[in-house]
Amino acid sequence: MSNHLLEVDNLHIEFRTRDGVAKVINGVSYHLDPGETLAVLGESGSGKSVTAQAIMGILDMPPGVITNGEIRYEGRNLLTMPEEERRRLRGKEIAMIFQDALSALNPVYSVGFQISETLRRNEGVAKDVAMKRAVELMDLVKIPAAKDRLKNYPHEFSGGMRQRVMIAMSLAQNPKVLIADEPTTALDVTVQAQIMDLLAELRRELDMGLILITHDLGVVADVADRIAVMYAGRIVEHADVHSIYAKPAHPYTQGLLDSIPRLDSKGHELSTIKGLPPNLLRPPSGCAFHPRCPMAQQVCQEKVPPSLNLGGGRTSACLFAEEILHG
Amino acid sequence: MAEPILQVSNLVKHFPITRGILFQSQVGSVKAVDGVSFELNKGETLGIVGESGCGKSTLAKLIMQLERPTSGSVTFKGQQIFGQSGGELRRTRRNIQMVMQDPYTSLNPRMTVGDIIGEPYEIHPEVAPKGDRQRRVQELLELVGLNPEHINRYPHQFSGGQRQRIGIARALALRPEVIVCDEPVSALDVSIQAQVINLLGRLQKEMGLSYVFIAHDLSVVRHISDRVGVMYLGKMVEIGTEQEIYERPTHPYTQALLSAVPVADPTARANREIIRLEGDVPSPANPPSGCRFRTRCWKAQDICATEEPALIDRSADAHPSACHFAELRHVVA
Repeated sequence: MSNHLLEVDNLHIEFRTRDGVAKVINGVSYHLDPGETLAVLGESGSGKSVTAQAIMGILDMPPGVITNGEIRYEGRNLLTMPEEERRRLRGKEIAMIFQDALSALNPVYSVGFQISETLRRNEGVAKDVAMKRAVELMDLVKIPAAKDRLKNYPHEFSGGMRQRVMIAMSLAQNPKVLIADEPTTALDVTVQAQIMDLLAELRRELDMGLILITHDLGVVADVADRIAVMYAGRIVEHADVHSIYAKPAHPYTQGLLDSIPRLDSKGHELSTIKGLPPNLLRPPSGCAFHPRCPMAQQVCQEKVPPSLNLGGGRTSACLFAEEILHG
Repeated sequence: MAEPILQVSNLVKHFPITRGILFQSQVGSVKAVDGVSFELNKGETLGIVGESGCGKSTLAKLIMQLERPTSGSVTFKGQQIFGQSGGELRRTRRNIQMVMQDPYTSLNPRMTVGDIIGEPYEIHPEVAPKGDRQRRVQELLELVGLNPEHINRYPHQFSGGQRQRIGIARALALRPEVIVCDEPVSALDVSIQAQVINLLGRLQKEMGLSYVFIAHDLSVVRHISDRVGVMYLGKMVEIGTEQEIYERPTHPYTQALLSAVPVADPTARANREIIRLEGDVPSPANPPSGCRFRTRCWKAQDICATEEPALIDRSADAHPSACHFAELRHVVA
């Protein structure tokens, strides 16, 4: 079973807040193999970043509590591992890049220092050797005149270049898994295209597994191999990229695809998903999507739909998945 | 065609860069908007697209008279709006309102929704007499799809999409003729974004509004706009109808921009033409000579550095494009 590089298995996380307990992750499972790109797609509050934070071990606890589930990396459960051992995996085996590169980088250290820091601290590499490696990494992520820019500070870089610095930092110890949390959301389209190309190229060259967390259906279509769609702390649909865009098997995915304006034709009224995402302090009964779902029946209010296996690695957490797919 | 409701001609805004504290001297200027002209007709939507730093938000502020222009003019129904003061200025402002990008920071957290939407009436009491205001605010709430009973709630009790509706209701309070929307849906989730876009479209039809719609998302702009202007480093580089810009673009920057938009269709990946621009947008404090796009352009020749291309109709297609080598290229399948 667990021959996958990284495996999230039936993860449950809740946030215990002053206003009550919010169940933000309710049984999420996904896996990642070397060299492939898994996109985790969802709107704000769907739990896509919280899952990633749990994998990295950077979830704020409290208020977060992992109540159930396992996260296995090469067969070993990260959640029961001693912190000391886990720290050795972080950065070396699994690395992460964030949305806002300006706040993720330290403003008072030069980028060369920050890129080489993990090498010096974790691997005891001498300073001049580490700096040389930093230049190599900056070349790898295509920062022009890398050698001259080593001593520059984050504020001296543009948004796209800063994101490249952060990618260089995350690659310092040759991780096998890279988690990218909305890496291009803050960037302009032309720069976004450059960064996505770079990530795809690095993934190929270094044979990394890439988890791409995003809300943008367009970005996903361009780079992902598989997609997991999240809603209210659950994976509602999981499929390879071609099948999901050709024929979604969950009404939420369908709604998302219908609600984006298209570049190649001028539509009339956009179809929308009515209502608002649920408040996780008081989630709806049964299927969390039923108050917004055009297909909802009585049974959807009563029963939490299990993840149905539709064959070919496709799953959908909708009681009517077969009807949607074949109807 | 009808007379334009808003006419922007040769608008320029340079922000001074100063040095020194007591004896400030100007050492340069950021050329945020550098000679932009366009017209907006009644009932029409003009989309403005461009990357960050291209001056699109400064343009919005100039039209709203939140910034003074360095030179140039904006006329509303034939009347010059800069230099107005007192009652005249108030009347103009009543007719040009704005919806801001961030629904979290553009609403005062200490005011109730009723106060926020009703505040314009304090300044313009002639629109709604005091006793009538609550009813008006409730009508507005209903118009934008919110529950009129929520008039006494505070902004934090609403979600992002609902807050944006509050911002739209506030802009509509004085029944303006022109609304400047500065990235009104960029902070919203996809499913909510579609709701707000449809709302803006419906309101336009019902109330005959004209929009200046500023956004960086080209798909959204195409969906809502009749005409589209593309900006780069303070200049309009191409302007035309939605079809001209998206189906027959002639400026290389427009083509690159369109090609960079990720399309939610993996089968299109193979048969789309990809143009990748190198590098970043240059600093507007020190823009390149001649054509400002030449440092990133694959067509650049010597003439591009010496002679600034004018925004005129080119032989490639009958709409204005500011490129010496304008030629048709289909980038959107």
